[in-house]
Amino acid sequence: MSLRRVVVTGLGAITPLGKTAPAYWEGLQAGVSGAAPITRFDASKFKTRFACEVKDYNPDSYFPTKEGRKMDIFTQFALIAADEAIQDAKLEGVDKDRVGVIWGSGIGGLTSLQAECIAFANGDGTPRFNPFFIPKMIADSASGNISIRHKFRGPNFVTTSACASSSDSIISAFNYIRLNMADVVVTGGSEAAITESGVGGFNALKAMSERNDAPEQASRPYDKERDGFVLGEGAASLVLEEYEHAKARGAKIYAELIGGGMSADAYHITAPDPEGNGVVLVMQNALRDAGITPADVDYINTHGTSTPLGDGAEVKAIQKVFGEHAYDLNISSTKSMTGHLLGGAGAIEAVACILAMQHNIVPPTINHFTDDPELDPKLNFTFNKAQEREVNVAMSNTFGFGGHNTSVIFRKIRD
Amino acid sequence: MSEIAEKVKAIIIDKLGVEASEVTPEASFTNDLGADSLDTVELIMEFEKEFNVSIPDDQAENIGTVGQAISYLEEHAK
Repeated sequence: MSLRRVVVTGLGAITPLGKTAPAYWEGLQAGVSGAAPITRFDASKFKTRFACEVKDYNPDSYFPTKEGRKMDIFTQFALIAADEAIQDAKLEGVDKDRVGVIWGSGIGGLTSLQAECIAFANGDGTPRFNPFFIPKMIADSASGNISIRHKFRGPNFVTTSACASSSDSIISAFNYIRLNMADVVVTGGSEAAITESGVGGFNALKAMSERNDAPEQASRPYDKERDGFVLGEGAASLVLEEYEHAKARGAKIYAELIGGGMSADAYHITAPDPEGNGVVLVMQNALRDAGITPADVDYINTHGTSTPLGDGAEVKAIQKVFGEHAYDLNISSTKSMTGHLLGGAGAIEAVACILAMQHNIVPPTINHFTDDPELDPKLNFTFNKAQEREVNVAMSNTFGFGGHNTSVIFRKIRD
Repeated sequence: MSEIAEKVKAIIIDKLGVEASEVTPEASFTNDLGADSLDTVELIMEFEKEFNVSIPDDQAENIGTVGQAISYLEEHAK
């Protein structure tokens, strides 16, 4: 059985840089930081008091109050991004039995979980849990709600692998279409963990930047003075579609998804393998699946979270896989601008790769001040300013706590 | 209208997202005000919280309209 080809026919995003995919791209190519002091809760006693929030977000401008109240914010973000992608792909006429929804979220409804537990703890022990609490909290409510809203009756589930979640959802969608189990899959990922428990929890792991005096300069992947990631929130969505199906209905085709790889570090639950062995393996797996050689790749959107250990390990792995060609690559971490969307990272970074190919512009790694002597200075990290470049093939890497590694590869469409 | 009736109406308007004019004594939560089974459970829980009562499941089943909620609570509220 030969595998079917899969293309991207719709994009959507709600991010700290902008609340639509075009607005997100504007921010990316301009090199804007999405970081600012936290407004969602009083963070005055927290080690980290800033994050990359979706700015001026008001659910009432997207949902009737009654409807919005029944969804956690991570599901609201999912619906907003998916709606945009579905509209962009113009899916009106397609057979809805053949449209699936495969979403990614690292955590799910943390805000709802936290609120219900606090309410219980503040009570007299009488359980007064809201009947919508469980459906709001569970991570799969994102894919469930998207399917209910659009009546898509194909395969439907959520992938959870921490910060690799929505790269895994993209690969799952890719595989279901390749294997003829669906013709179209709405995929992507969302996260909304800028809550007391989210920020406090990541602070306890010593994973987040504490640069409270300059939030917009805190996410600085590959800079010598990097001190951890900056928490982001939001969602992005991609409509993936079988190539002939897309051609037959005259759909706009952004790019082809040509390969995906997965691997595990099998090393530590939160620390990256300093040798990057799992990361080497995942990029090799993705290249093999795509049927291309390292020299075919133009741009890598790295995981690059701005943590002292993780950034170096990934770069070491890139050099192992790409050899001399590593110097010809554009490498950038758009987390320098968006912060880290955890389970939404794979999706917003896949969208960044696709838009980079469409515009032939590589979005930058902003906030570069001091070279890290541990990193090879001959590599092009696209520091501080976007660079024009013909981008035919782009790779997006994401790695999650638990040691999950995922890599996806997009290519400009050709017959 | 009694204070209890006012509060009951306000809870229904808030939770079901309906207009005040729709919240008549005869209005059924499910048939007239667009509530599904979970909405109804949530309403009962809000009544319990607001009026500091515990409504047993077998009695909650008999509260299907605005008027039924008001009369139950006028009888049982502490």
